[in-house]
Amino acid sequence: MANTNYGEITRNGLWSNNPALVQLLGLCPLLAVTGSVVNAIGLGLATTAVLTCSNLVVSSARRQMPESVRLPISVMIIATFVTCTELLMKAFTYELYLILGIFIPLIVTNCTILGRADAFASKNPVLPSLMDGLMMGIGFSLVLILIGAIREIVGHGTLLADMELLFGPGARDWRISVLGENYPGFLVAILPPGAFFVAGLLIACKHAIDARNQRRRSARVTIVSGAKRVRTTGNIQ
Amino acid sequence: MSLMRVSSPHTRSGLGTSQVMLQVVAATVPGILALVLYFGIGVLINLALCIATALVSEAAVMKLRRRPVLFYLKDASALLTAVLLGVSLPPYCAWWLPVVGSVVAIVLAKQLYGGMGHNVFNPAMVGYVVLLISFPVDMTRWVGPTDVLHGVADIDEAFSMVFGHMSVDGFTRATPLEIVRNHESTLLAQLYEAEPVFATGGLAGSGWEMVNFGFLLGGLFLLYRRLITWHAPVAMLVTLTILSLVFYDSGSSLSKGSPILHLFSGATMLGAFFIVTDPVSGATSNKGRFIFGAGVGLLTFVIRAWGNYPDAVAFAVLLMNFAAPFIDNYTLPRTYGHKAPRRATDLEER
Repeated sequence: MANTNYGEITRNGLWSNNPALVQLLGLCPLLAVTGSVVNAIGLGLATTAVLTCSNLVVSSARRQMPESVRLPISVMIIATFVTCTELLMKAFTYELYLILGIFIPLIVTNCTILGRADAFASKNPVLPSLMDGLMMGIGFSLVLILIGAIREIVGHGTLLADMELLFGPGARDWRISVLGENYPGFLVAILPPGAFFVAGLLIACKHAIDARNQRRRSARVTIVSGAKRVRTTGNIQ
Repeated sequence: MSLMRVSSPHTRSGLGTSQVMLQVVAATVPGILALVLYFGIGVLINLALCIATALVSEAAVMKLRRRPVLFYLKDASALLTAVLLGVSLPPYCAWWLPVVGSVVAIVLAKQLYGGMGHNVFNPAMVGYVVLLISFPVDMTRWVGPTDVLHGVADIDEAFSMVFGHMSVDGFTRATPLEIVRNHESTLLAQLYEAEPVFATGGLAGSGWEMVNFGFLLGGLFLLYRRLITWHAPVAMLVTLTILSLVFYDSGSSLSKGSPILHLFSGATMLGAFFIVTDPVSGATSNKGRFIFGAGVGLLTFVIRAWGNYPDAVAFAVLLMNFAAPFIDNYTLPRTYGHKAPRRATDLEER
């Protein structure tokens, strides 16, 4: 069952099967480290890198992996890439590594990554798997960044603060004070309950957009005069 | 000639939702009067801001959900939530505190969960707790009662504290619960002599005991009108009394405060008669209400005595709201004709 439709893979990862909004996987880092945009970008990049690489390797080794030990092997491959990412972050973005703390090693337990390795990469050729890992990672990162931005604006009144942790000293001026310097800070948005509220609201928004698209699509279906009635029960929507 | 009604229902209650809600609002009047008397016009400003914001947010959500706006505004549940939140906020706080709190209470805690009758948590307490953990400094600055301050802020000062830049700091005093929680190496008796809030009042602090007495009167009115049952309030107050007696420690320097302080200071009476008796977010059966109230009393005392916050009723109520479905499951009454009481969880096995 080779799935080589790249358009569909992209759409799945970014929207219709988004790991954060639809599969609801990897919620622990999603809720724990999205207090600001810089944290979200950092964790998003790390997760995307691990997801892409692990999908690539799992897919290319899929014929050699015996069924009975597929999961342990996948976990070991993922753990390898997580260790690489952790060491890279330690070397190049040390302050951000300190802030993200335990959540970098915990990427290995992120269900999105094991889920994609098992559900997609172990059954599909290399290139589609690479694409799937990349798109799932980007979809996850976009949601992380969106939640981070909303929580940072509501909680601190700023946007893109502390970006120098990730992009070097030149990024210090990126900080935008959205709600004025006297904004008292709505602390609950930074605390865990705020993450649940924002994630819930985003999921609700996605459902609303899907429902609206569905209505539009069905509104386009016009009944031709003279057409024979096929369905006699239920409502024509 | 009037005909007898021959078909059921034979007895009818004239009370709809809005009458019940309005009577509960009316029952808060004695407590509000005491609050205004001792803490000034700031209480009324809070109430006005809360009520206005709550009604506007309720109407806005109803509009969004395409429901009849006036029908839902008339049931007065948003009004009651606003009043309960308004009396819990510190008087003369900045205007945006009541506004944010009311929006959170109505939109997040009530309407997002499905609206009237579907909220898992008590909306007023959610609004209060969100404010308390977000703005702890502003939310714990209570003005002192009038007889300690010898007068209270006049109207101009009140408005410049709420809407302007005047600081409320000149009027704030530690509340009795804070004083007792923070006392170190002093006997309670020394504390009662040293602190003016105890010197001018009884053992629960000037002003606070009158406010709690006011809410107690309102609660008795609700009991008399049979709008609430006695189980939850009595269980909460009895638990609180027993625990404070145990840890009273004869007023030593390690004392956690006298039963009178715990019963008549802070939000005890407001909580016991107006919050714990919430029919939606509390337990349903009488036995369940009793357990629910006892749990609130226990948690209130534990958080007051060993927690980081000066008062605890709101946290205790929210924590017990979590437990309400669980309590309900194990306190379902036996149905007539059945030998053993059914559990809601049994239904899945059939």
